[in-house]
Amino acid sequence: MVELMIKNSDQINMKSQKQAVSPMINRVEKNTVFGTKNFNLWYGEHHALKDIQLDIKENDVTAIIGPSGCGKSTYIKALNRMVELVPIVKTSGEINYRGRNIFDSSYEVEELRTKVGMVFQKPNPFPKSIYDNIAYGPRIHGIKNKKILDEIVEKSLRGAAIWDEVKDRLNQNAYGLSGGQQQRICIARCLAIEPDVILMDEPTSALDPISTLKVEELVQELKDNYSIVIVTHNMQQAARISDKTAFFLNGEVVEFDYTDKIFSTPRDGRTEDYISGRFG
Amino acid sequence: MSSQGIEKKQSVQELIAQSRNKKGKKIIEKLMPLILIITAFISVLTTIGIIFTLIFETFEFFQRVSITDYLFGTEWLPFSGSEPLYGVLPLILGTLKVSVIAACVAVPLGIAAAVYLSEYASDKTRRIIKPILEVLAGVPTIVYGFFALTFVTPLLQQLIPSLKIFNALSPGIVVGIMILPMIASLSEDAMSSVPNSIREGALAIGATKLEVALKVVLPAALSGIISSVVLAVSRAIGETMIVSLAGGATPNFEFNVTGSIQTMTAYIVQVSSGDAGYGTTIYYSIYAVGFTLFIFTLSMNLLAQYISKRFREEY
Repeated sequence: MVELMIKNSDQINMKSQKQAVSPMINRVEKNTVFGTKNFNLWYGEHHALKDIQLDIKENDVTAIIGPSGCGKSTYIKALNRMVELVPIVKTSGEINYRGRNIFDSSYEVEELRTKVGMVFQKPNPFPKSIYDNIAYGPRIHGIKNKKILDEIVEKSLRGAAIWDEVKDRLNQNAYGLSGGQQQRICIARCLAIEPDVILMDEPTSALDPISTLKVEELVQELKDNYSIVIVTHNMQQAARISDKTAFFLNGEVVEFDYTDKIFSTPRDGRTEDYISGRFG
Repeated sequence: MSSQGIEKKQSVQELIAQSRNKKGKKIIEKLMPLILIITAFISVLTTIGIIFTLIFETFEFFQRVSITDYLFGTEWLPFSGSEPLYGVLPLILGTLKVSVIAACVAVPLGIAAAVYLSEYASDKTRRIIKPILEVLAGVPTIVYGFFALTFVTPLLQQLIPSLKIFNALSPGIVVGIMILPMIASLSEDAMSSVPNSIREGALAIGATKLEVALKVVLPAALSGIISSVVLAVSRAIGETMIVSLAGGATPNFEFNVTGSIQTMTAYIVQVSSGDAGYGTTIYYSIYAVGFTLFIFTLSMNLLAQYISKRFREEY
């Protein structure tokens, strides 16, 4: 149903359909995976995220769009606390993962990241064999049995739609693969520990169109089993693959709604300006 | 404005033309490359000259002593007047004992220090500690030598009463301390050049800092770390002053580390500073030992080069 719009990424078409899309099909309210309440984040003095309120639902693909520097990457990195790698970061407010505030001092960051996987902008496989890349996660979390590992590796590579391309060279270095293949290896690495949520930070920005298409198709398949949050610069991509879209601007959430609504009848003028290409 | 501009331009051009016509400049232009070529050749030629002298004098030595006696003999007694023995194995063993002990000290400590500096230390700490390590690398080896003899050996004798004044253990440990900064510094460089994106990839699947350091960064930097170790061990093999002062002058073919030894380098020092006459067999023997030592260090350096090329990770 949401895919209605998705085939039509052309913006003029979108505008003409603006009125045509009937306001509502009944949407089922899903469980909240990430509940963000009054969340603020500072890099030193710079107030990068301002009073974010955002609920990310189970088995949704949630796209985050916005111009460069709007805080979208910062937000997604806050969800698995990777943002804390920048030493000067300060936060206030809450991000609740399955009801528990991840910024609580008692929350172990490794535990969170085992549940919330991440795929980065630039493919970053380890300089190891393809097999060892996938097996790394299960191994550090204590799975040593070779047979189980073999199964995990195959399942993850199949899950990332790259098994057929690499099954005969699992022992070769992952850096011998193309950029698009490397990115799917990184997705497989993420799937290997069967996380609950997958965060994707502009996963296709370094890829060619064909590889991009493959990753997008993959996202569609993965949403049956995972909740996905994807940051993208590419509005057509957001329209094609996401169920909900959040539009960030200057560290604030300007609008957050079902993707078809955002792209057909945005409530805020700034959203409309951005998606119609007037700025950004 | 425009006419002024043109005038100015002309006058600058005139000045340039004047200076171009000066004779001295032209001569210097032609002379300098020649001087530079000569200096470059001097360094290459002296090296080649040294190697050739080494080879010729070694050849002379093998006219007098059979090469199999030299390579496989287990007794090195050049000064026993009636029947001198030139079996190099005791000297090689002495060198190896010191180098192995040095490596046992320096490799774990050096790599651990590198892991700390690259993965745990804050920028500020790293900026303070790394220069200190590099200063340690600049301490003259003679200072390490009497440090071994007058401080480490007595200290070790408290622990091991059977330890002789001259032994392999004390100089081995001190040579280890000497090469430690080299391993730490070069390994730290190798680990720091592993891109952060790879660390983030591991952290994002729930790896702890230690797991990232040991299972991702260390293997990724392995080629750099191994070549730093090989280079450092090559320095340990060639190290002279520490072993001359604290190792003793008794070549022996025993595998204990508490007794006096003699290394290849220490033997050369002993003969050079003594009064072996020109043209004697003893005189030629230092060239043979020097050549043996050269083969050792050369092969270590080639090994280091090979490892860093062959196992370089691409990321």
